[in-house]
Amino acid sequence: MTKKNYAFYPGCSSQKGASASNFPTSIGVVCEKLGIQLNEIPDWNCCGASIGYGEGGLLPRLAISARNLALAEQNLPGQDLVSGCPACWLSTRESAEKLHESPTLMAETNEALKEVDLNFKGTVKARHIVEVLVEDIGFAGMKAPVVKPLQGLKIAGYVGCQTNRPFGIAGESFENPQYLDKMIETVGAEPASGYDQKVTCCGGALAFSEPEKSQKQIRDIVESAYDNGAEMIVTPCQLCQANVEIYQSEINKKQGTKLAMPVVYYSQLLTVAYGGSAKDAGLNGQLIRAEKLERLAGK
Amino acid sequence: MNDFNKQAVAPYHNNFLREVEERVEDGEWVKMCMQCGVCAGSCPLGNAWQHTPQKLFMMIRAGKRDEVLTSDSMWMCTSCYNCIVRCPRKLPITHIMHGLAHYAHRLNLAPKGQPTREIAKLFWNNLAKTGRVNELKFSLAMYFKDGFVQGIKNALAMQGVGLGLMKAKRLNPLEILGGHQCKDKAGFRKMIAKAREIEERKLGKAS
Repeated sequence: MTKKNYAFYPGCSSQKGASASNFPTSIGVVCEKLGIQLNEIPDWNCCGASIGYGEGGLLPRLAISARNLALAEQNLPGQDLVSGCPACWLSTRESAEKLHESPTLMAETNEALKEVDLNFKGTVKARHIVEVLVEDIGFAGMKAPVVKPLQGLKIAGYVGCQTNRPFGIAGESFENPQYLDKMIETVGAEPASGYDQKVTCCGGALAFSEPEKSQKQIRDIVESAYDNGAEMIVTPCQLCQANVEIYQSEINKKQGTKLAMPVVYYSQLLTVAYGGSAKDAGLNGQLIRAEKLERLAGK
Repeated sequence: MNDFNKQAVAPYHNNFLREVEERVEDGEWVKMCMQCGVCAGSCPLGNAWQHTPQKLFMMIRAGKRDEVLTSDSMWMCTSCYNCIVRCPRKLPITHIMHGLAHYAHRLNLAPKGQPTREIAKLFWNNLAKTGRVNELKFSLAMYFKDGFVQGIKNALAMQGVGLGLMKAKRLNPLEILGGHQCKDKAGFRKMIAKAREIEERKLGKAS
């Protein structure tokens, strides 16, 4: 099988020992099975994330995104830039579009890029890995390698914000996107159809600065999963995963709840369904163990 | 009023809408708001906003410069983009909120000690140093932003989470020694400095 090649932008949280380090483990297995070759962009940098605007002005933010785009353009010509992190994808795509629309901003950004001996011509498209899976592979393609359907598992598909807005996956609605539920069906599990917090915000970066307000959001997201009979939450977003998993113990401590809902990535479901072990799926990286998924992986 | 602030106001003769249009990211969209309030009703932290985006847009048009730029409200934006996709006039509301927050911060009119303002600054400084975010140093900087004693209290309160993350190999204590970074971090810093210099030149602020 000829592999499909992409310029891969992992992002800070997906590095070894970082908060989403179990994501690259599982997406690696998924890509291997689906003939996707992710070529890491050499010396990539942080995207600025959704909180970078406070201190970083528009031009510094455009420059840091343009550095990644230019590195991809120069070192991996003809390949789409692909990120698994919604914040990386969003910042990079927004920047690419802004530069495309404004010759002035493009000229100024390239003036800054001269400091690192780079020049961005504007030929690179920024995409999310979910777009690659849905558009380039398709659901039938994703289903083909399934050897261990995750039967009997009911899962709440939590899409969150930035994978879904403002760009989202083509053809999906902002209010009720279907692709994550379809992925859950693809691996042989059952989506919790009444899950009404599918596109609710977890608080994002404000989980740090406004913990009470964010934890109210997180409690709603988790409790709706319980109410709809889900055994775990699945998400495409690194910050959603971290916030929704990590703060359950804090909410329990402060509010006397007994939340213990596992939160996994879609790539972990796919890995187990493709016959991967719990370790292949990075399930040892959960704070709240996804025991049922681990048991299925061990069978 | 500091010098930058004085320079910012001067050319606009108290026309705050014009100042926003010319100096705030995506500010030229503000006049398009038709005051329907969908943004206010769509915000996940809506109740925490003293001035919702809808109100801020009207306040800008009414010339309420101090009230807008000293407002705590735009710092409540979680960047969920709900307002953007729902706005019937397609205003890039999230970006305008970011732009207003940044402008107020740059003029040093934003509320002092506003927690999101503080962590945004820590986050940017963290990534600007090496080109990549050092999550351990960022977490520690956040805990200790209100002083040493409060920092120890914060760190102790979160130690269960921290240990859990370390056990799951999602927080590496060795990051304190440097950790992940760009090879060309010197170039990265120069590039940011250059971008900032060009931007300040545009805003009429001598660097």
